[in-house]
Amino acid sequence: MDITWQTIAFFAFAVMTLGGGLMVVINRNLWHSALFLMLSLFGTSGLFVLLVAPFLAAVQVLVYIGAIAILVLFAIMLTRRMMGLEETQNTQWPAAAAVAVVLFIILVITVSPLVDEDAVTDIFGDKVANLNANLPVDPDAKDSGVVANNDLDIVTVEAIGEALVTRDGFVLPFELASILLTAALIGAIVVAREDEA
Amino acid sequence: MVPLWFYLVVSAALFAIGAYGALARRNAIAIVMSVELMLNAANINLVAFWRYLNPFEINGQIFAAFVFIVAAAEAAVGLALIISIYRSRQTVIVEDVNMLKW
Repeated sequence: MDITWQTIAFFAFAVMTLGGGLMVVINRNLWHSALFLMLSLFGTSGLFVLLVAPFLAAVQVLVYIGAIAILVLFAIMLTRRMMGLEETQNTQWPAAAAVAVVLFIILVITVSPLVDEDAVTDIFGDKVANLNANLPVDPDAKDSGVVANNDLDIVTVEAIGEALVTRDGFVLPFELASILLTAALIGAIVVAREDEA
Repeated sequence: MVPLWFYLVVSAALFAIGAYGALARRNAIAIVMSVELMLNAANINLVAFWRYLNPFEINGQIFAAFVFIVAAAEAAVGLALIISIYRSRQTVIVEDVNMLKW
């Protein structure tokens, strides 16, 4: 694998995502945890850009960093007395760490067959080959049959918008998601508001 | 282009970090943040598989967008519950909120 700007960007964003995530869970100061959560989410957004998903990258910044992380910051401020905890981890943290490490190892073992790029073609080969038969593959990816970024222009924000509102697309899940979101937000207001005397 | 498994390993690591946070942190808000990390890991996976295996169908991106919606709903309801608990019991430490525990 050649070192290209894309590779460097990938590692930068991966470090941002994982480092931020690690600081979220081990930082003693909850406020800093929330700020590191923003860093981690921004790194994820960068990974989406590298995966040629500009719409998701923008939504990640707007919804996750702009709304959810800010909501978390507000919740931290509203419960400010709880910020100065002496013990931020509970007594079962060694067990939790063991579970996390075992989980990671299992996941990596599951992924490991894909390290060999020929195996990717073997496992998903027919599909990838059929889909991309008429297109030049990414020169760096050689045999894996992955389409080069330049050939992905057709998957635009417009296509996503169309898929969300056409009948043979995703209009029903889309409407259901709207109802879910409305119900969740009304529920949140009802749960969190002060009881009137 | 970076091979697919790079993304999968990053996603696995992020998920494990989030799982550790959800299991080990005492503050309920920190647990919500850890859950957000795990949802992000799932999203990286979805988008990576979409990009590498089936980039001409829009499905993968739509699925990831629905994960965003669910994450937003979860954060709103979760934080509302935490604030409500804080108001009635003056704590957000999950071990102190054990009235449903046998």
